[in-house]
Amino acid sequence: MAIKTPKIDLRTSPYIRRSPSVPQIMRNVVYALIPLVIFSMVHFGISALALIVVTTFSCIATEHLFCKWAAKKTTITDFSAVITGLLLAMTLPPGFPLWMGAVGGFVAIAMGKTLFGGIGFNVFNPALVGRAFLQAAFPVSITTWTPTHVAERFIEFIPSTLALPFMRPEETAQWTAQVATDGFTGATPLALMKFQQIISDNTALFFGTVTGSVGETSTLLILLCGGYLIFRKMLDWRIPAAVIFGTAISAEFFHLIDPEAPRALFMILSGGLMFAAVFMASDMVASPITPLGIFVFGVLVGFLTVLIRLYGAMTEAVMYAILFGNAATPLIESFTQPKIYGARKK
Amino acid sequence: MNFLQFFGKKTFSHGIHPPEYKETHHQETRRLPFPTQVILLLGQSIGKPATPIVHKGQQVERGELIAKADGFVSVPLYASVTGIIKGIELVLTARGTRESAIIIETALSSGQRQLAGHQCDIENLSRQDLIKAVWDMGMVGLGGAAFPTHVKMSIPKDCKIHTVLVNGCECEPFLTTDHRVMLEQINHLIRGITIALKCVDAPKAIIGIESNKRDVLEAIKPHLPNDSSITIEMVETKYPQGAEKMLATALLGVEIPSKSLPSAIGLAIFNVTTLAEIGRLLPQGQALIERIVTVTGDDLEKPGNYQVPLGTPLGHILDYAGFTGNEAELILGGPMMGMSAASLDVPTTKGTGGVLVLDKRATKGDDIMPCIKCSQCLQVCPINLNPAELGQLAAKRQYDVMEEKYNLNDCFDCGCCSYVCPSNIPLVQYFKIAKTLNRQRHQ
Repeated sequence: MAIKTPKIDLRTSPYIRRSPSVPQIMRNVVYALIPLVIFSMVHFGISALALIVVTTFSCIATEHLFCKWAAKKTTITDFSAVITGLLLAMTLPPGFPLWMGAVGGFVAIAMGKTLFGGIGFNVFNPALVGRAFLQAAFPVSITTWTPTHVAERFIEFIPSTLALPFMRPEETAQWTAQVATDGFTGATPLALMKFQQIISDNTALFFGTVTGSVGETSTLLILLCGGYLIFRKMLDWRIPAAVIFGTAISAEFFHLIDPEAPRALFMILSGGLMFAAVFMASDMVASPITPLGIFVFGVLVGFLTVLIRLYGAMTEAVMYAILFGNAATPLIESFTQPKIYGARKK
Repeated sequence: MNFLQFFGKKTFSHGIHPPEYKETHHQETRRLPFPTQVILLLGQSIGKPATPIVHKGQQVERGELIAKADGFVSVPLYASVTGIIKGIELVLTARGTRESAIIIETALSSGQRQLAGHQCDIENLSRQDLIKAVWDMGMVGLGGAAFPTHVKMSIPKDCKIHTVLVNGCECEPFLTTDHRVMLEQINHLIRGITIALKCVDAPKAIIGIESNKRDVLEAIKPHLPNDSSITIEMVETKYPQGAEKMLATALLGVEIPSKSLPSAIGLAIFNVTTLAEIGRLLPQGQALIERIVTVTGDDLEKPGNYQVPLGTPLGHILDYAGFTGNEAELILGGPMMGMSAASLDVPTTKGTGGVLVLDKRATKGDDIMPCIKCSQCLQVCPINLNPAELGQLAAKRQYDVMEEKYNLNDCFDCGCCSYVCPSNIPLVQYFKIAKTLNRQRHQ
């Protein structure tokens, strides 16, 4: 034979593959969150930025630590821990004490992810596990909101941000009264709705000029960032669509029963719903994979959100709605298996 | 009718759009010089291997019967070169197994004239005799599956075929043999279709081609019979359009029921090259001893479509095509469903439609990661299975559950799930292993 025998590689079919790989997807989710980070910084100042940095770093460090502990290769290079950290920070109030943020990041990764076996095995969205913990542990801090666009926000921290671990955070009421210009009450649109029956303006909600958690206020920006991921085929558009649909019909349903209850548009634009629909509910690992299951999951999350918002004790309902949806995912999947090609009628 | 057809698109739901890489589609078929020896595997098709009727040292002529069929689901084998039988030995196959093969040392100075067969008067042969003639020529499906054609033509008594589908999709990237045949052998193809129509007693045939072969449409149209018993239609270019089930759905909007043959709904589906070869060889009474192979990929000086004697070792083909690399994957078949050969001595068979060389650098895979349940595999599976769930079950070795609850046996190894998997999980490989182990368990 004339040709020199080459070194022959053996693999199994298919021999061509489509990108992206998991780390590429995760990296792009991080890119998609960057505009929200910038927006929150412009909106709330360096306190928000510090909080984002702390939770993200806490998540990465925790994942690295647990991988070392389990004597396996570190998985921080797949960027999924970065996403958890960013998502967690986005759902917290801007003046949230940094040390609490660090604890939240630790709990998110340690109890929400690595205990189950790391990426791919988590039953719940890790970031929401972290937030649920913080909600239970620090109920006051997690519901203390501060005004937006404070003049000194780029050079001065919100007083509660720098609280020392295990110390009662400094009261922000006095500081808020000093810096707020137009009778800021420290209430988010949802709290206004719930406790004072004031329905905020939808336009303000859409552009995010209201107060709220770090990255949840601007519906427009969230949609743009999510749109990028959908365009890159790295986000399943069906999940946010189903959640929004479920929220809308549930809101209209309750509005029919009780005309005092807000309409669908307010429910969709207020609170963390849009952020949660686009970035939280769509956590691939903890949501169903069957086409019908995705729809059922989304509608369930939307319905529970409205239900808790209207009749529950808390204002931030979507977190628990998604955690409940995550828990129901295996059940949903088991009765929504796809019908195969050429299936015979039974 | 599926909803894609509702919008006037001839296609099936799901599937993938891999890059086509069909660079050799304009290259005319050339004859490959004879190799110094050919390695003819006794089992070149689905079913039982043939039984050799020659002995070591015997002189054989090109086109002479060297092994006869062993039972109904088995086909005879003919010498692809004139030469001397060197032995009947176990040789390495592309599947990695060792199987019996007849090795013939080529008499290169002999002229290699193909043995003249008995002229066959197609018009006056009965249906049974025609099917017997197809069997005698050793014909199998040349699209890759290598299912004996005479078995396919023997339609069960309770089925009536209303349409023959002629599969010219060639949806595998890189491969261009069917494309060339449809341009170069139109008369043979039409004659082959006529024979097939007679064999299965059907009134009409539809040639289905993918939309990336528009030139074929133009070329074939003038040759179609006036009574519109044969028509040609274009379907969307999408993988795996060339699968029987997908083609039936795209052309006619019907679904072939699970675990059934196309004949259950009155269809018979043949590959274009199979029919063209029947149309070329059957009237001459000649047997299948060579086939057209696309030789393509990286580091080749002369890629193209070659007429290759059956049993030609891979090394000879690469040698002639001017392979210059130092390290490569050598794939028999297409990149989606082919198999990589471990040695240059692995021979081509009746089912080998392509020899694909992929450079190591281009093929290096990433690490396998856990499933992140992105549901991409569900969105591409043409059978609408749940590959993610099947993959998890395979990892837990619950092969029986895969079969009983998740329709594992409807999977036909197209590889769409593995192609899109961002975690690089070798899903289709898991499924092949599971199916093999289940088969062994049931025996």
